[in-house]
Amino acid sequence: MSTIKPNYTRPLDFKHGRVDMTHGSGGRAMAQLIDELFVAAFDNEFLRQMNDQARFPAPQGRMVMSTDSHVVSPLFFPGGDIGCLSVHGTINDVAMSGARPLYLSAGFILEEGFPLADLKRIIESMAQASRDAGVPVITGDTKVVEQGKGDGVFITTTGIGVVPEGVNISGERARPGDKILVSGMLGDHGVAVMSLRENLTFHTSIQSDTAALHGLVADMVAAVPDIHVLRDPTRGGLATTLNEIARQSAVGMMLHENQLPIREQVKAACEFLGLDPLYVANEGKLAAICAPEDAERLLQVMRAHPLGRDAAIVGEVIEDSHCFVQMETAFGGRRVVDWLTGEQLPRIC
Amino acid sequence: MCLAIPTCVEQLIGKDSAIVNLGGVRKEVSLALIEDVAVGDYVIVHVGFALQKLDPEEAAQTLALFAEIGGAAPE
Amino acid sequence: MKYIDEFRDGALAKNIAANIAREADPQRRYHLMEFCGGHTHAISRYGIADLLPANVRMIHGPGCPVCVLPAGRVENAVQLVQMPGLILCCYGDMLRVPAANGMSLLKAKARGADVRMVYSSADAVKIAQENPQRQVVFFAIGFETTTPPTAVAIRQAQALGLKNFTVFCNHVLTPSAISHILQSPEIRQLGVLTLDGFIGPAHVSTVIGSRPYEYFAEEFQKPVVIAGFEPLDVMQAILMLVRQLNEGRAEVENEFSRAVTRDGNVKAQQLVAEVFELRRVFEWRGLGLIPYSALRIKAQYADYDTELRFDIPALSIADNKACKCGAILRGVKRPQDCKLFGTVCTPDNPMGSCMVSSEGACAAYYSYGRFREAA
Repeated sequence: MSTIKPNYTRPLDFKHGRVDMTHGSGGRAMAQLIDELFVAAFDNEFLRQMNDQARFPAPQGRMVMSTDSHVVSPLFFPGGDIGCLSVHGTINDVAMSGARPLYLSAGFILEEGFPLADLKRIIESMAQASRDAGVPVITGDTKVVEQGKGDGVFITTTGIGVVPEGVNISGERARPGDKILVSGMLGDHGVAVMSLRENLTFHTSIQSDTAALHGLVADMVAAVPDIHVLRDPTRGGLATTLNEIARQSAVGMMLHENQLPIREQVKAACEFLGLDPLYVANEGKLAAICAPEDAERLLQVMRAHPLGRDAAIVGEVIEDSHCFVQMETAFGGRRVVDWLTGEQLPRIC
Repeated sequence: MCLAIPTCVEQLIGKDSAIVNLGGVRKEVSLALIEDVAVGDYVIVHVGFALQKLDPEEAAQTLALFAEIGGAAPE
Repeated sequence: MKYIDEFRDGALAKNIAANIAREADPQRRYHLMEFCGGHTHAISRYGIADLLPANVRMIHGPGCPVCVLPAGRVENAVQLVQMPGLILCCYGDMLRVPAANGMSLLKAKARGADVRMVYSSADAVKIAQENPQRQVVFFAIGFETTTPPTAVAIRQAQALGLKNFTVFCNHVLTPSAISHILQSPEIRQLGVLTLDGFIGPAHVSTVIGSRPYEYFAEEFQKPVVIAGFEPLDVMQAILMLVRQLNEGRAEVENEFSRAVTRDGNVKAQQLVAEVFELRRVFEWRGLGLIPYSALRIKAQYADYDTELRFDIPALSIADNKACKCGAILRGVKRPQDCKLFGTVCTPDNPMGSCMVSSEGACAAYYSYGRFREAA
């Protein structure tokens, strides 16, 4: 009697196993990884077909597509990880056009030697984020690179969505007189991630604010279809986002420092390191620019949503041929809120 | 040459270190450059070292000076 | 945040501004130099210039240790870190300073050199402990505030018996710089620049005390007011200087009394005196050679001196000919007066020392204040 069990393969060792080059080679090992980890976690009709591509009927309306690569380090941080971040990030980029996100794709570059336990944690976090948001990951890809040539895992997600009729949200639509709003507390994500970097050890209870904003955007667009601009202030913070928009729209902006919603702990952490909260990344916030007569209604709608409880009007758009973003300081003076120079590095002086 | 901040000493660790608290953010700093620090004192911290204790009475007096309405010469 | 928020109160700022406006004599002009880079930064960041009357003018001094570090010393560091296996630890401020041929420590890192940013000198000692097979160099810069932490690190390395830790010492001294400015030809002979008074550095003074400034006030008949780090402190110090000038006094006053005493931090001073001694002369970027203005490590700590363990050639890298940093550091010219400012020379592509650090006069003006000229 044969001792070979029919159709039996030893399951992947998620406790102690590591990624190796065979997982990216296209052979049996890779198929097993895809099956036991990716398909099992994301589990939807598209992935179960096991094709290299996903077929779906053409959505009606104007389509939007966006892509984002995620290289965050450390991979796990208070409030999230690279997995859910990659889902939220692309959903948000699609949503910033006013679109309803429909589908995601996900590409992974894994480093040889990366623990399967960590990979499983990341994939399950992605799957949870995808389920919670109602946006399935319908196709994907995996590659493996040699040890030392990757930072554990890099993830690229692409998303598509559909923009409702009558909605025309774009960076060049800011007009003098418009109001500038933000959906909540600034700087949480950047501080949460920085608190884990070695040589910068400080202890806070700040969590990353990583979140999918498409539900909030849907409420906002329903109440004020003619929102002019939406953008999420990720790398480089609110300052960078507003400078981009100012340049695109050929306008200036005036912010009011005492209207900016920032947590005490985030302010304190920035003091310690000599950083400016305006330049610190956010992963679950958006900036909105609308006509002045719509601002109050938009603010109320935002505050009614769980992800917009701390929303605030923080400034207005003005005429300015130099496209400066300026700020009235809490102190009573005025300063420019300039583009970020290089990378934000902690200073001693 | 100055980025230094006033923080509250929350806990002493051994002879030479302390945990300080600023607005809810905690950090361990060295006390090698300072003496007689007690929990509850405020110290100025620069590059991970406490440099000087803050004098609460002087601080209060300085704040009062700011509020003076013009003309009076400082003490 | 206690001892921070109260000192940034906008209502009190208006009060002090009203006092300054009331007491500044409309018949005269007041030229006040803030020496410390932290003050330059605060003045720009809070828009303090908006709150001063037109006849009170702030001049930015050379109190930014990153700005005054000669490119040659940065080039020394860049060359050092390319030695195989060597780890160079430095503060974040140093990473983007340009050396020769557009190189910087950040760019060297991008090419594979092991450059590590640390928050504290103690972190550098820890790295040396954890990597006994590799040489670890701590790139030490700073005025008197930052020197005691380096002294502690050297003593700690000695106590631990570390054989792989050295310090590349570039510590400089405040009083020498102030002296140099006051003795510059523009002031003494040419009368091109009037400097009426100084705002003394905040945290340097917590270490050295207020006593060292008494010499300047006396010798050069210029008032000095030591100011705290917050914007209200700076404004109150400006008011106190205006008062001194109106009353014809030239004294040292201490606005930062909550942290500065006449003697300063004696423990820190003694520690520094134990580990360091004066260099006869040191080159400052933009200011040239200044005697007795910098420190080197004493002979009994020779084992921890990078310049004794490695060959560190004296490199002289000149700034761009059109760069006006020297004049700007002495307060004779403003950033706007330099042809390179805002065109070739920007924070992203700094040509000279004043643009290199976020506290240099040019960088502060570019980042926070250039809308004023454009308007």
